[in-house]
Amino acid sequence: MTSDDAFLAAVADRMVRETPQAVALGIEFVSAAPDVGIMKVCYRADLVGDPHTGVLAGGVITTLLDHVCGLAVSGRNGGGSATLDLRIDYMRPAEPGRDVFARAHCYKFTNSIAFVRAIAYEDMPEDPIATAQGAFVLAGAPAPSPAP
Amino acid sequence: MSDLAADDPLTTFLAAIPYARFLGMSGIRAGDEMTAILPFSPHLIGNTQLPALHGGVLGAFMEMTALLQLSIDERQQRQPRTIDVTIEYLRPGRPLTTFARADVRKVGRRIANVHVEAWQETRASPVAALRGHFMLSAR
Repeated sequence: MTSDDAFLAAVADRMVRETPQAVALGIEFVSAAPDVGIMKVCYRADLVGDPHTGVLAGGVITTLLDHVCGLAVSGRNGGGSATLDLRIDYMRPAEPGRDVFARAHCYKFTNSIAFVRAIAYEDMPEDPIATAQGAFVLAGAPAPSPAP
Repeated sequence: MSDLAADDPLTTFLAAIPYARFLGMSGIRAGDEMTAILPFSPHLIGNTQLPALHGGVLGAFMEMTALLQLSIDERQQRQPRTIDVTIEYLRPGRPLTTFARADVRKVGRRIANVHVEAWQETRASPVAALRGHFMLSAR
């Protein structure tokens, strides 16, 4: 394991073990590489959004995608970032009873902003449940001017 | 005044959704206006340093608010399905009660466009906003 890998694994470990909402959803760390992260959430009956279908709530996928985007961003700046915006397209319902994975790739860093894409899926990213595109403000970046 | 009784679609909708109970959200109706309420709870925290609510939780709460408002307005047999959402984060969500209100901008034959705003202590200083499209079920 390189020092980069060890650093990312430590960040990811904190993100899943020390973030109360990640603990509550049962988000698990799967893997990380520079600018890339994968996490998953296990199917649970109390996270269902539509009792008629047993499909996980969209909000669970939203939180998983947001969280894994944070992991993809964390390698360059020590872990601190805040979501500026997040756009999510829901291609199809998640399959009831199955765990959902999410993979995020940070494809551009500026001094203050990271641009990230992410995909949620059960088996492979080529068959997505949802895709996300987001912009994240990096911790330590110059503060924006106060809102009027 | 029978419209706040047990057959209120708001109460029925929320009670039937496990994830709404996981978040701990509720809602108040004033005629056809609905304010969704998300009381603070420690499990909603996403940043322990600030501390702040998880961005995903704010997004999820606003999406659920849109679905709730559509269920009230459109008397849906089945829950509408989310097609897409765009979430804008304006301020950190502090460990306080969060409110949200949905504005149904357009209802077409199959698709609705909804804007949602979430705030905490001050309505004029929203913490987050959401715009989304939702696929309606047959009426």
